[in-house]
Amino acid sequence: MSDSVDVIVVGAGPAGSCAAIVAARAGLSVVLLERGPFAGSKNMYGGVIYARMLDELIPKWWEQAPIQRWVTRRSTMLLTDTQALTVDFRTDAWGEAPYNGATAYRPDFDNWLAGHAEAAGAQLLTSTTVTGLLRDSAGSNRTGAIVGVRTDRPAGDLRARGVIACDGVNSLLAKEAGLYEHTDAKHFTLGVKETLALPKEVIDERFGVRDREGVDIEIIGGTGMINGGGFVYTNLDTVAVGVVLKLSKLAAQSLRPEQVIAGLKANHAIAPLIEGGEVKEYSAHLIPEAGLEMMPKMTANGMLVAGDAAALCLAAGIWLEGVNFAIASGMYAGETAVDAIRAGDVSARGLAGYQKRMRTTFVLKDHRKLRRAPALVLSDRVQHLYPAMVANVAERMFRVDNPQPKPGLRRIFAQERKRAGVRRRDLIRDAWTGFRSYG
Amino acid sequence: MAGTRSDWVGDYFMETMAATEFRVHPDAHIVVDGTVCADCTTRQCIVACPANLFVPTTDGGIVFNYEQCFECGTCYLVCNHEGAITWNYPAGGHGVVFRRT
Ligand SMILES: Cc1cc2nc3c(=O)[nH]c(=O)nc-3n(C[C@H](O)[C@H](O)[C@H](O)COP(=O)(O)OP(=O)(O)OC[C@H]3O[C@@H](n4cnc5c(N)ncnc54)[C@H](O)[C@@H]3O)c2cc1C
Ligand code: SF4
Ligand code: SF4
Repeated sequence: MSDSVDVIVVGAGPAGSCAAIVAARAGLSVVLLERGPFAGSKNMYGGVIYARMLDELIPKWWEQAPIQRWVTRRSTMLLTDTQALTVDFRTDAWGEAPYNGATAYRPDFDNWLAGHAEAAGAQLLTSTTVTGLLRDSAGSNRTGAIVGVRTDRPAGDLRARGVIACDGVNSLLAKEAGLYEHTDAKHFTLGVKETLALPKEVIDERFGVRDREGVDIEIIGGTGMINGGGFVYTNLDTVAVGVVLKLSKLAAQSLRPEQVIAGLKANHAIAPLIEGGEVKEYSAHLIPEAGLEMMPKMTANGMLVAGDAAALCLAAGIWLEGVNFAIASGMYAGETAVDAIRAGDVSARGLAGYQKRMRTTFVLKDHRKLRRAPALVLSDRVQHLYPAMVANVAERMFRVDNPQPKPGLRRIFAQERKRAGVRRRDLIRDAWTGFRSYG
Repeated sequence: MAGTRSDWVGDYFMETMAATEFRVHPDAHIVVDGTVCADCTTRQCIVACPANLFVPTTDGGIVFNYEQCFECGTCYLVCNHEGAITWNYPAGGHGVVFRRT
């Protein structure tokens, strides 16, 4: 590799590949560095990809993206040890172009997207771990402008006019650049997942779908005393089942992550769906869960940060979206780098257009709107009191207890609220927060 | 009588970990300083590491094995003892490799 290029992009996840596509198509020389043996090899998620941001970059992406199933059925489940209350939505519309969400294996999807970066002219170097930043010799080691990266390749250092850090949730680069004030376990959740093989016909039958139709089940409850949630997603011939667990809560008790999954799998609402599935893989990854509360500064002199590295993942209970935020922020970072390099100013000031692009689009608008949602969804009441309260109300409402006459819903609700130990004013406050976030 | 549930999870856990591919590098990317751990009372790494790589010893120490690491970052985030964990990614091309179709 030549030892100086226009742009270095670190990390060939969705953020990095999209940044590289944009910068390379604008005619800049771009190197895309990935530590895994191929793009996507380190990347794990639930998951469902919402890829409409690709419309611009890869027209009709849905005709070529390596997806597993199109989600046409989406269920949100409140789960207790013995009860489940599900809102189950399905629509044929999500089974037709331009679709809504798709299940896909990230090693497939990310590798495909990185292929587009190469096709655009970016040089993809895999099996290359970036080990640090290069600083302008005029400044000190902590404050000089960033002018490249150190790698573990034999050639070592690589210089560039601009660096785009798309190195994911632990972003060692954003930390080294001093963009995070601090990192705190309470801002993260740990996702663990089993991928279970089942014949396609069995999955189709159990989940009530056909052909390429797929199902997304989001679960609140089912993680014991550890605040978090669960999920079940259908691939063509595997089912992904997993949990996300608030790190600070997980660490402070005695149940291990795989035991939490085992508990979820044994729940009678889930067990029949996955019975007989042979484990193909077990995987784990962190989620930057806290949204706006944890976001770092996203520009430094000579560097931009995008995707999970900038904590742009949106985790708000019924939504867990990160790939789309990574795609969009990667694109905006790429555009900003192009503008700044053309204008000859890659200082933090010259890169300020990045923030503006994100503020005026869904990337930061969704985060603003849902800024209270992550804390609400992971709160003790939503996690430990409401599922049982709501499930008990449903159980009593639907139970035919003859010769007893039917009780009124209001009375049931008041009784169950008391039984669950929920104060009325807390309930009203949470409902208001929820209404303001989701409404 | 079959084993307890935790025994079952144990066997099954070995099976799940064996299903995942790790291209192990001869050098450890994460180093744990046992002398710091000796003073640790919380030991949150033991329960939180999804790969179960932190194992307590009978004399109050910790044995750490880097080989089946997911490179997730949980351990350094939950550990509140400065200097106990030196955390890095493995050399390029090594470590966990998730599966394609
Ligand atoms: C359990 C779980 C479930 C999720 N579910 C969903 C979902 O259903 N839908 C959704 O949209 N999102 C979901 N997400 C979030 C989503 O996975 C992330 O938001 C998304 O992957 C972020 O993309 P990225 O490109 O920023 O980072 P990543 O995909 O993490 O890519 C970062 C890349 O950088 C590379 N890298 C890191 N450090 C270096 C280095 N030093 N040198 C070289 N390369 C490096 C990595 O190998 C990796 O390829 C989920 C996440 C988890 C953990
Ligand atoms: S690694 Fe950290 S949390 Fe674990 S025993 Fe050592 S000091 Fe304690
Ligand atoms: S990075 Fe994750 S898998 Fe690896 S040792 Fe730390 S907690 Fe365990």
